[in-house]
Amino acid sequence: MDAINWHTFFFLLFALVACAFAVGVVLATNIVRMALYLIVSLGATSGLFFLAGADFVAAMQLMIYVGGTLVLLIFGVMLTAKGPFISMKTGGGDWILACLLSGCLAAFLLPAAFAVPGWRNVRHAADTAAVNAAQPEIAEAADASNATAEANSAVATNAPVQTRTATPLGMGLLGPRVDTLDPDDASLVAGMSGYLLPFEIISMHLLVVLVGAAYLARTKRRADSRNPGARNA
Amino acid sequence: MDLLSQPVGVSHYLVVGAILFISGVVCMAVKRNAIGVLMGIELVLNGANVNFVAFSSNFLRSDQGHSLGLDGQLISLFVIVLAAAEAAVALAIALNYYNNHSTIDVDRADELKG
Repeated sequence: MDAINWHTFFFLLFALVACAFAVGVVLATNIVRMALYLIVSLGATSGLFFLAGADFVAAMQLMIYVGGTLVLLIFGVMLTAKGPFISMKTGGGDWILACLLSGCLAAFLLPAAFAVPGWRNVRHAADTAAVNAAQPEIAEAADASNATAEANSAVATNAPVQTRTATPLGMGLLGPRVDTLDPDDASLVAGMSGYLLPFEIISMHLLVVLVGAAYLARTKRRADSRNPGARNA
Repeated sequence: MDLLSQPVGVSHYLVVGAILFISGVVCMAVKRNAIGVLMGIELVLNGANVNFVAFSSNFLRSDQGHSLGLDGQLISLFVIVLAAAEAAVALAIALNYYNNHSTIDVDRADELKG
């Protein structure tokens, strides 16, 4: 038996937690429990992002999703969780249809995940270590990018790798791409294929949406004061 | 334990993303509570994010140079921000609906006359 790959171990841990609590969101009938399960599932997903080397996205997932969006959702739960709305049962026919739908989707998506051989990281950890130790120049020549090859073999041999994605991501949002200074597509200006316009659009979009949401969600009591008791139906 | 000693690939992440996506779709389909439907949407968006991050990572595949690079992480950041915006508006609509109709059951929202 090979040594335990701790990267794989933590991946399996976070993946099991994320998937189990996502299924728990579906199966739970109590809306408050659903919100709690969703928090755990999204937090475990941010752990998966950390393991994939996307540290900034993982931190954003924790801060915006778990810290912002879910607090909003829980406020929605608390403002509407009253009596019969806390636990609403679904009929049996709906569950049969849902099982059919989920089975079809799983039969379509799960084989697709294993369809492309390049998506599987099939190196054996011991083999990679041996190859890198014995013939470093051959290992370098075999891989297109030296730095990423080193990083990949480091993951395969269970060595810690430090990633710094915050600065390239911030530069990419402002326009210059410091990570692709030599793009494959010759029509792109080198290093200038950033996301400044989508960034501006999404900034204005978020501002307008939040102002609109605050306008929509404000309390209107006029109907009550005019005609009390008409809304008891 | 072959599963524990092998390095993780993109396929593993795609399986997690698929399970999150399927859970979200089923949650959107079967929940009668409008907030529950919103939680299903969050799960679907999160499953898409898992796929984007997996394809952008350099550590998960043996054929380097075919990964999305930072584009995938940038798009997943956009998805996170859009999910926040969508949750804000959808919750405002749900609260408005609750104020007007005194229920949060989406099955009884078949006449949206304002």
